[in-house]
Amino acid sequence: MAEYKGVMIYGEVAEGRLATITTELLGCGRKLADDLGQELSAVLIGNNISGLAQEIIAFGADEIYVVDDPLLKDYQTDAYVPVLEKVVKQVMPRILILGQTSIGRDLAPRLAFRLETAASMDCVELSIDPDSKLVLQTRPVYGGNAQAIFSGETYPQVATVRAKVMSPLRRDVSRQGKVITIEAGLTPSSIRAKVLEKVTEKVEGIKLEDAAVIVSGGRGIGGADGFKQLEELAKVLKGAVGATRPPCDNGWVPDGWQVGLTGKIVTPDLYIAVALSGSSQHMSGCSGSKNIVAINKDPEANIFKQARYGVVGDWKKIIPAFTAKVKELLGG
Amino acid sequence: MNMIVCVKQVIDPEAPPASFKIDPSSNAVVPPSGVSPVISPFDENAVEAALRIKDTQGGKITVISLGINLLRDVVKKPLSMGADELILLEDEAFAGGDSWSTAYALAMAIKKIGDYDLIFCGRQAADWDAGQVGSGIAEILGLPSVTLAKKIDVTDGKARVERVTDDGYEVIEVSLPALITVSNELGEPRYPTIRGIMAAKKKEPIIWKPADIGCEPSQVGAAGRRSRLLKLFQPVRESKCEIVEGGSPEEAAVSLALKLREAKIL
Repeated sequence: MAEYKGVMIYGEVAEGRLATITTELLGCGRKLADDLGQELSAVLIGNNISGLAQEIIAFGADEIYVVDDPLLKDYQTDAYVPVLEKVVKQVMPRILILGQTSIGRDLAPRLAFRLETAASMDCVELSIDPDSKLVLQTRPVYGGNAQAIFSGETYPQVATVRAKVMSPLRRDVSRQGKVITIEAGLTPSSIRAKVLEKVTEKVEGIKLEDAAVIVSGGRGIGGADGFKQLEELAKVLKGAVGATRPPCDNGWVPDGWQVGLTGKIVTPDLYIAVALSGSSQHMSGCSGSKNIVAINKDPEANIFKQARYGVVGDWKKIIPAFTAKVKELLGG
Repeated sequence: MNMIVCVKQVIDPEAPPASFKIDPSSNAVVPPSGVSPVISPFDENAVEAALRIKDTQGGKITVISLGINLLRDVVKKPLSMGADELILLEDEAFAGGDSWSTAYALAMAIKKIGDYDLIFCGRQAADWDAGQVGSGIAEILGLPSVTLAKKIDVTDGKARVERVTDDGYEVIEVSLPALITVSNELGEPRYPTIRGIMAAKKKEPIIWKPADIGCEPSQVGAAGRRSRLLKLFQPVRESKCEIVEGGSPEEAAVSLALKLREAKIL
C-alpha cells in the first residue's frame, strides 16, 4: 500500500486573487511540512484560476494541483467534494488543511466522512507530535470556554484553521514549484444542490475584518436606534461597527455585523465593547484584538475580565460624551 | 412533508463563564450545579425551520436526540414548540461519541424511520462546536446537503435555501430528500405555548437502543470514535482591566478618551 506523505492545503480564491486565508494556510502548512521533513502541496479548485498557481508557490508551496473547470465556477458541495476526493486519493497527503470559512465549514466534514477519516474544525494551533508524527489539533470548544487537543489515527488527518491565527510567509517570487493539472471529470447531473444566485451584502465604509477600530454593541443597546450612536463613534474613529448575536437575530443590525464564533473573526487595534457581557462565543471572535475597552453597567460582566480599560456605567450617557471628546482629540 | 430534526442536549451555553469547570482527570466538563441543560440553541433554530414549513404546508415533524441522562423536560421542548414525535437514542453505548459515531447512529435511526423529505440539524452543537454531524449524516445516507441555512422555502419537491456566506448569502436549490443545517440568522425560535407544553407532557418518547437501529455497540459512542481527545483545558486569561472612573458617567467618558490618547491607542 502506498504511503500517506506530506501536507496539503486547500486554497481559496476571492475576487480573482488568493484569499487571505490561503496565504495563512500556506504559512501554517509550510511549518508542518518542514517539521515532518516532507513537501507542502496546495490544491486550487475553480474556474479560470490556473493563473494563480505561481502565486501559491511564491507563498510557500512545493507543488500545486489545479482543477479548472466551468462546473467549478461556484463552490457547490456536490462538485467540490468529489474533485477534492479525487485529488487527495491521487496525492495521498498525511495532513489536509482547509480554512474555517463558509466553504471550509461545508467541504471539510463532508469530505472527511467520504474518506472515512476524522476532521477537526476551527483549529487555532496545529503542531507535529515528535514521536507519533501525527498532527495535534488545538481548537476552542464549549463556545470558547475551553480548548481541546485532538488527534486521529486515520489518514489524511483533516483540519480547518480559523482565520487570522496563522502567519503567512513573505511572498517570494523566486521560489520554485511544480504545477500539476487534474481533470475535474464531473457531470452536471451529479450536482443536486445548485447555486442559483450569490448575494453580497453591501458594506458602507470599512469592512469589519479590515477595520483598525471596531465599536461593537450587544443586547444592552436595546434597538436599531442605539446602534446609530455607535455608528457615529465608529465614523469619528474611522472604524466599523460590530455586534453580538442578539442584535443580529433581532434584526437591529445586518447579519454580517456579527462578531464571534459563528460570525466574523476580527483583530483590530482597538475594540470598544458597548453594553455586551462578553460571552465566550462572542469573545472567540474578538479576543485577538490588541486593546479591548469595555463599557457596561454591570461591574461583574465577563467583558471586564478581558478588557484593558473599562468604564462601569450607562452607555447612553458615556458614548455621547466619549464621542465628543474623541472628536476633539482627533481634531475633527 | 415528512421532516426529521436532530437535537442535542447540552450544558447551557448561556451559563455564566465563571461557572464553567473542567475535571482534568476525566478530561470532561463538570456540569454547573443548579443550571439545567438545554437543547443546543442552533438545534432550536432547526426545529423552528421545520415548524415554519409545517405552518405553511402541513406535515409531520419527528425529533431525534442521542445521548445519556436525557432530561425529559429538556428533550421534550421541540414537542412543546409543535413537533409531533420524539425518538431518543438513549443508551450507555451511545455515550462519549464524536462526530463520526454520532452521525452514524443518527443516520441509522433516520434509515429506520425511512420516510422523510427533509432532515434538519443545527449548524453546530454548543458544546463541541464541530459542525460535522449534519454533513456526516447526509454523506452516510447519500443525500444532498446544504449547510448554514437562514431561510428555507419548499415548492414542487425542491427546497430553495438561503445559505449564509462570509460576505452575504447564496441561494441554493436542492432536490428532496435533502439535509439542511440551520444557522441562527434564521431568527429566534418560537416559545412553547401552554397547550404545547400540556400535549408534550402526555407524549411518551420512543426509545431506541443500538440493536433497534442495526448498530453494533462497537460502532457507536466512544467505541466508534475516529478522533482522540488528548486534552481539555481552560485557556489562561489575563485580567488587568483598569477601571476608569469619574464624578459622572460623562466625566468618566472624557477620562477614558484622554487615557486612550495617552496610551497612544487613539
